[in-house]
Amino acid sequence: MPIKHPNLNLKRLTDAVPAWTGEIAPHALPEICRQVRDGGGRLVALWGSDAREQRGWFMLHLSLMNESGLVCLNVPLPADHPEYPDISRFFPAASRMQRAAYDMLGLYALEGQDHRKWLRHGAWHGGSFPLRKDFDAAASLTHEPESYPFVQVEGQGVHEIPVGPVHAGIIEPGHFRFSIIGERVLRLEQHLGYTHKGIEKRFESLSLQQGAKLAGRVSGDSTVAYAWAYAMAAECIAKVTPPSRALWMRALLLERERVANHLGDLGYLGNDVALSFGFAQFWILKEQVLRNNAALFGHRYLMDSIVPGGVAVSLDAAGKRIIEEECAMLEKQVRILRGIYDEHAGVQDRFIATGRVEPKLAAQLGLCGLAGRASAQAWDARVQFACAPYDKLDVKMATYRNGDVAARVIVRFDELFESLRLQREIMVNLIHDNEAPTPLEKLPANGFGIGLVEGWRGEVMVAIHTDADGNLARVHPHDPSWQNWPVLEHAVIDNIVPDFPLINKSFNLSYSGQDL
Amino acid sequence: MYQILKQIIKTGIKTETPPQADESMRLIEQRLQQEILDVFGGALAIRQVDAGSCNGCELEIHAVNNAYYNIEGLGIKFVAGPRHADLLLVTGPVSRHMEVALKRTYDATPEPKLVVAVGDCARDGGIFGESYATCGKVSNVIPVDVVVGGCPPTPVAILQGILTAISAKK
Repeated sequence: MPIKHPNLNLKRLTDAVPAWTGEIAPHALPEICRQVRDGGGRLVALWGSDAREQRGWFMLHLSLMNESGLVCLNVPLPADHPEYPDISRFFPAASRMQRAAYDMLGLYALEGQDHRKWLRHGAWHGGSFPLRKDFDAAASLTHEPESYPFVQVEGQGVHEIPVGPVHAGIIEPGHFRFSIIGERVLRLEQHLGYTHKGIEKRFESLSLQQGAKLAGRVSGDSTVAYAWAYAMAAECIAKVTPPSRALWMRALLLERERVANHLGDLGYLGNDVALSFGFAQFWILKEQVLRNNAALFGHRYLMDSIVPGGVAVSLDAAGKRIIEEECAMLEKQVRILRGIYDEHAGVQDRFIATGRVEPKLAAQLGLCGLAGRASAQAWDARVQFACAPYDKLDVKMATYRNGDVAARVIVRFDELFESLRLQREIMVNLIHDNEAPTPLEKLPANGFGIGLVEGWRGEVMVAIHTDADGNLARVHPHDPSWQNWPVLEHAVIDNIVPDFPLINKSFNLSYSGQDL
Repeated sequence: MYQILKQIIKTGIKTETPPQADESMRLIEQRLQQEILDVFGGALAIRQVDAGSCNGCELEIHAVNNAYYNIEGLGIKFVAGPRHADLLLVTGPVSRHMEVALKRTYDATPEPKLVVAVGDCARDGGIFGESYATCGKVSNVIPVDVVVGGCPPTPVAILQGILTAISAKK
């Protein structure tokens, strides 16, 4: 058992990753969270659901991770006062998730430090909650003027720079409030939620298949990771395992998504330190990957390639040769470009010691994914909780200790080379079998399933709850950006304002994925 | 420096390498250059506004800046603010949280304020539709000249959309 508590009776899910679920009363939460944290575990996600019709309660859901696997706790909260003890004192990353759980469902964290609205701006009334089943959209709409109480930094010479929501570059919208003295950043406060487009509510009106398409559009750059996590959750409920060829294909697509994104980021990181040569070169390589994706799988970003139960794409011998050639070309070219980045004094001067997150701080705040690994947080779902086919691949985790922009660049390079190796190995195993893929039509009633996939940015989790008819009652997609955005606020402290775009890009977090 | 120069020379001019894609692109390049010269004297300034997209369309808008599509080579430039932009390139279903920001951006853009809506969501709300959280298509919020469908649209389609917008105003 991954967590021991006298009142907690965990049940193992038949999932592709080691996962357990169990119910616990709200008052026992702090003790369990302390135990998981003290054991080196982490908070993956926190969300709520409206189970008043079936059980008369609201439910709070917590997904925690330790070395044994994923534990999903279900916490029943009374319908008339849905309150639970604050857990952000154990997991600081919980703070924004708790605020979102209030905005969306009215679940209130007692003794929480921060009760400001998070996902709600001025579009709907404060007293109405979109994810409640009795939410009346028409009656809830408002046009409240936007107001958000930022934390003020006072003192001689301190001034503020407000940035966004429309940014200067081609980037997603969000607001950053810098408090600076001279060029030095004293404090950064983020205000996100601008791209909130009601994704979670939308899921509730979709079929399983339409839901897969929506999952693939939670964050466009991670479409494979989300689609796989969604499919994994659905397969967990249906207790089916896709044919092995489909699983090998999914891994191939996931590694291709990782390669494409890392190439793009490495180009932009060069561009952000005025080496436009880097942008030009890496984006030529990225374009070649995208074109191969379009030719082989029908979509440059591989959207809708993964469906619950299997995959919607295939690869023949000629396609394998194209990928093999592409891998060889990338290996050669990226090695040359890495040499140039490494040897370039101007680039290294900007990269090294910029936007540093010490391993200790990273552990406290729960920094995860690629950025976490650059700060010595050795978590990679492909390694620790290797679902098929990763259990046969022996993924080499890339970690580094320095936690600066340079470290996040190194981790990207290392992961890129590893992804090329993995693609080759996957293709050796991608043999033709006669197992016909069986796309899932419908899910069993009152089920719960969870999917966890290590996307290029970090671990993507999708949880699915079905109702008495087997329809999607609640779907919660969780982006690793929830954990990492608050850490970015720390990473920029004491850096100069002009380095912010570079530091921001080195994390490259999702707005849409966290705004939902 | 030697390594950089060597790499640049070895890379060559990418716009000519893949024959098939080059063919269709060259067609667009010529038309685009001519049209821009006619209307904007060879310099079109674009302000991109993500009004709530999933970031998929942004990936392709980044790609039109790569060496294959080389939009800057055509005299078209992405600028950092609306006040010196000729055209707004808008993505997303417009989230209700971005409604005011999009309107303000539009108001701050000088004439001719061409608007190109990029992507299925910008065209009709896409998979997100209209809801308590979104206004749906871009034309529900600001006037739109040209719509480019696709999820996301290819860089070539985005270029075509921009070209169409320039022609329409003649």
